[in-house]
Amino acid sequence: MNAPRHSALVRVTHWLTVIAFLALLVTGLELVISHPRFYWGETGNVNMHPLFSLPLPTSRDTINNGYGSNMPDQNGWSRYLHFEAAWAVVLTGLVYCIAGLFTGHFRRDLVPAPGQRSPRAYFQRLAQYLHRSPPDTGEATSYNVLQRAAYLGVIFVLFPLIIWTGLALSPSFNSAFPVGVDLLGGRQSARTLHFFITWALVLFFVVHIAMIALSGFWSRTRAMITGRAPAQQERR
Amino acid sequence: MTKFSRRKLITTGLVAAAGVAGLTAADRIARRYGLIPPDGGGIFGPGETLTYAAQRLLTRHSLAREFPRSMISKAPFRNETAPPSDAFKRLEAGGFADWRLTVDGMVAHPLTLSLSDLRALPTHSQITEVVCEEGWSYVAEWIGTPLSGVLEEAGILPQARYIVYRSIEPDWWESIDMADALHPQTFLTMGMNDGELPVGFGGPLRLRVPRQLGYKSVKYILRLTATGSMKHFGKGLGSASPEAGYAWFAGI
Repeated sequence: MNAPRHSALVRVTHWLTVIAFLALLVTGLELVISHPRFYWGETGNVNMHPLFSLPLPTSRDTINNGYGSNMPDQNGWSRYLHFEAAWAVVLTGLVYCIAGLFTGHFRRDLVPAPGQRSPRAYFQRLAQYLHRSPPDTGEATSYNVLQRAAYLGVIFVLFPLIIWTGLALSPSFNSAFPVGVDLLGGRQSARTLHFFITWALVLFFVVHIAMIALSGFWSRTRAMITGRAPAQQERR
Repeated sequence: MTKFSRRKLITTGLVAAAGVAGLTAADRIARRYGLIPPDGGGIFGPGETLTYAAQRLLTRHSLAREFPRSMISKAPFRNETAPPSDAFKRLEAGGFADWRLTVDGMVAHPLTLSLSDLRALPTHSQITEVVCEEGWSYVAEWIGTPLSGVLEEAGILPQARYIVYRSIEPDWWESIDMADALHPQTFLTMGMNDGELPVGFGGPLRLRVPRQLGYKSVKYILRLTATGSMKHFGKGLGSASPEAGYAWFAGI
């Protein structure tokens, strides 16, 4: 057998991140229903006009948005779990990034290959997807340029942004690093951005699952668990 | 198939041993420097301990953001409170002249202070944001006297590690560590936006802890108790919040 499709580092950090991400998503949405109104600037409360308001029943009767407030209030454990899972993501991400630098994982697997750095390469691969033409043989063991861009974007743009906007919601952290929240335009802006970046991550998550389903859900999942790529003939 | 070589097995064993030793050492250091919160047990304990320890290393002395007067919210939200008890109504009818704040526990001279006693102490003001765990917020000016001055006057003992504070509502009690208790922005608040502190916002006496979420800024304060351990208060988790499922440290 040749080298594994995914290194042990990638496999372990991938699944830890999946677990933590799902915990963060569920608890985050749970927290939103206690105040499904979003604002821009420093302050925002029910006496002020929201930027937008979600048409959801709420878990607190401080909100009177016409959808009722009879959802169960689960903020206590949701907050505990949200922050514990956030630590899991941050620590996993740290291990992944440090090891990724030293093992050459980023350079080898994620940064687009030298011949693939032009916009043309992106358009070419996109056209291939749209025409549903089969992937090049090299893609059995390596990511194409669109995959690389997507993974780099999630790892180095979306995750840092979700952590930054999340930290900017901590009054205590803001006391030590006020510039973090001020740069985002205030506390309520940070909360609104945190919400939007969540949806960007969810969009990635949905597309990621869809692409895995299209290329063979179980063989791809098995590769991320055992590390071994499926044989060529298994690919559709 | 991947074979587990002897070398790999030894490496894995060494890494695991180093991990366990590291965690044990970290736990001892955290205990020694008071970096474990009273609710640092259970399944959420590791996350809470990491949060509290990181915050105490980074934010022990930092000041909550203050805002210009122009940013004071025109329409602050008072939030819901339980209907006032008969005891509160009686005190309110008397213009709170009989309101007494007791300071006891690990202090050299326990105190009983009226609101006018508190007003005679140095008065400070801060324009800070109230942040609710639900997500909403507002900015207001808070006028009062720093808690540290009152603790000093009572002769707080060096063994004290937490200040427990109780509301006139019997189920509502909290505690903070000494970093927050002695913090210059932690006020016994009696005024808001140039006026008296309205009852809806915690009048006549609210403890403002501006670096933590709103639920740590308890309204209608009657009693402060200095203690070296939270073990014998309630279920020993630090305050009423963890007993209701909420984190004791609410700086995030």
